[in-house]
Amino acid sequence: MKARTTGTAPRAARMSPADMLRVGGAGLRSRPMRVFLSALGIAIGIAAMVGVVGISTSSREDLNRKLDALGTNLLTVSPGQSFSGEEARLPKSAVQMIGRMPQVESVSAVGKTDAKVFRTDRVPEEETGGIAVLAARTDLPRTVGARLTAGRWLNAANSRYPAVVLGPKAADHLGIRTTGRDTQVWLGGRWFTVVGVLAPNELAPDLDASALVGWGAAARYLDFDGYPTTVHTRAEESAVGRVQELLGATANPESPNEVTVSRPSDALAAKEASDDALSGLLLGLGAVALLVGGVGVANTMVISVLERRAEIGLRRALGATRGQIRGQFLCESQLLSALGGIGGVLLGIAVTTGYAAYQGWPSVVPLWAMAGGVTATLVIGGLAGFYPAVRAARLPPTDALAAT
Amino acid sequence: MTPVSRAVVELAGVQQRYGDVVALDGADLTVSRGELLAIVGPSGSGKSTLLNIMGTLSRPSRGTVRIDGHDVAALSDRELSALRAGTIGFVFQQFHLSPGVPALDSVADGLLYSGTPHGERRRAAEAALREVGLGHRLWHRPHELSGGEKQRVAIARAVLGDPPLLLADEPTGALDSRSGAAVLDLLHGLHRAGTTVVVITHDRDIAASLPREVRLRDGRIEHDSAARRAVGAGGAR
Repeated sequence: MKARTTGTAPRAARMSPADMLRVGGAGLRSRPMRVFLSALGIAIGIAAMVGVVGISTSSREDLNRKLDALGTNLLTVSPGQSFSGEEARLPKSAVQMIGRMPQVESVSAVGKTDAKVFRTDRVPEEETGGIAVLAARTDLPRTVGARLTAGRWLNAANSRYPAVVLGPKAADHLGIRTTGRDTQVWLGGRWFTVVGVLAPNELAPDLDASALVGWGAAARYLDFDGYPTTVHTRAEESAVGRVQELLGATANPESPNEVTVSRPSDALAAKEASDDALSGLLLGLGAVALLVGGVGVANTMVISVLERRAEIGLRRALGATRGQIRGQFLCESQLLSALGGIGGVLLGIAVTTGYAAYQGWPSVVPLWAMAGGVTATLVIGGLAGFYPAVRAARLPPTDALAAT
Repeated sequence: MTPVSRAVVELAGVQQRYGDVVALDGADLTVSRGELLAIVGPSGSGKSTLLNIMGTLSRPSRGTVRIDGHDVAALSDRELSALRAGTIGFVFQQFHLSPGVPALDSVADGLLYSGTPHGERRRAAEAALREVGLGHRLWHRPHELSGGEKQRVAIARAVLGDPPLLLADEPTGALDSRSGAAVLDLLHGLHRAGTTVVVITHDRDIAASLPREVRLRDGRIEHDSAARRAVGAGGAR
């Protein structure tokens, strides 16, 4: 028995944070199903938000890696429209002119022909499948960064003979799996041997659905007029902007306004940016789900306080201060929503990983999204638990004990 | 019972009103350290009100209350909580054990608000459970215990940390006679060990078996078997 002197008021002992957590956790342990369901509400909201952020980050990461590999210094020159509204032409000298610019690292071109390509000579004329037949210079892969999944690219020797390299979509459409002497397609009214198949190329997507033949072969067999329709240019990284400005005048000095210059990497980035609007919308939906989850937690806590009046009374009899009762229920509410938050972050990571794997992207969930998710749940738990906790603390001990 | 021993409970002119209803009217009562007494009366006689006031769970409308020397009116809610944590143990008719919580943890909660570390609380709880004869029931949950065992768990919780005052509200009310006798034996044992025990009951037989009997009727103290001695000690009627 402790010695006590009259006059010194008894002082309430502080509860350690560990004890607070223990008491808050004990309240949850006794009602596992209810805890699971109300935590699930929070988890769905957090998972939606983490998933949206994760998926858009993963997609951007994928783009960045592609751009790193492809380079952002590729510029594409194509004919625009003339004043009279006709389709303009690039001069035949455009490639040479551009190649003379000091900041240009490499330049190449393709030219459109009127020829059509078919799997065999028995396919009806109309079923072209939208495959363009292009005359290509032999230095094209070096400039656009094209790779081959099968066979070889056109070279000085075979570019004058009926040999063709197919873009991946074109190969797919024509049902070409292998390359070599035995693989032939019916192109411009004669058999062409398929010598190679290109890999998909984001910076020159037009090539994907094309059949590429040598410049010489095009002139010889396909009545190709020799005018380039797309000039691909690699500029020095530091001078891309300047080169872009000058390309029009260089390609067609007589009428530079009839030239369209574009930077394919910009177009890719712009497409990615337009996805941001959708992400914002989904993020908003996730926030609404989170809010609903928070209301669920508040509801659970209000019911919990009503049901546990006797426990509150007992704790007051055991010496709990109002603050300690308030702390207990706040802690319980925050634990409950933190449980949902952690579950939601894990779920969001799983969704991101699954979707990224399906799309062939690297899976990236930013740390700030995870930390933000858990922090948000702590705030929500605090808000949801505040009113019930205050109610519990204000309960007179005698009323609480009389509850059963 | 010597007059020199300091009083644990001193009530003087205590009145409790709920609106127009006077639940307790002019109660004077002094409980000295080490006493074992019964407060007996029919339901509605003001027993529970008296218990709540002695337990500092509610403040009287009028009159002074001193618990272990502290004037309750002068203490804040927070200080009253601390007084309960250190000075008063409660035993209730309904046991108030949380469902699904093992006996050991329920008992350990008896010291939760006194600033005792977790490990120490559990060691004390285990010792207390052994003392009430429940050493073999440490991990049992309330639904696995009999009524008598539940009440013994509740008593172990109430006396953890040796509070000078133990208030038992109808401790045998929910028990059969044999379990009730065992619980009373336990209270007698605590009394012999020096704890002041106040038993609130409506059972006259139980009241008569205790050394001191305070009878309540309609909010007034009708009879106090220690009145003569109390008068000798000064003041109380």
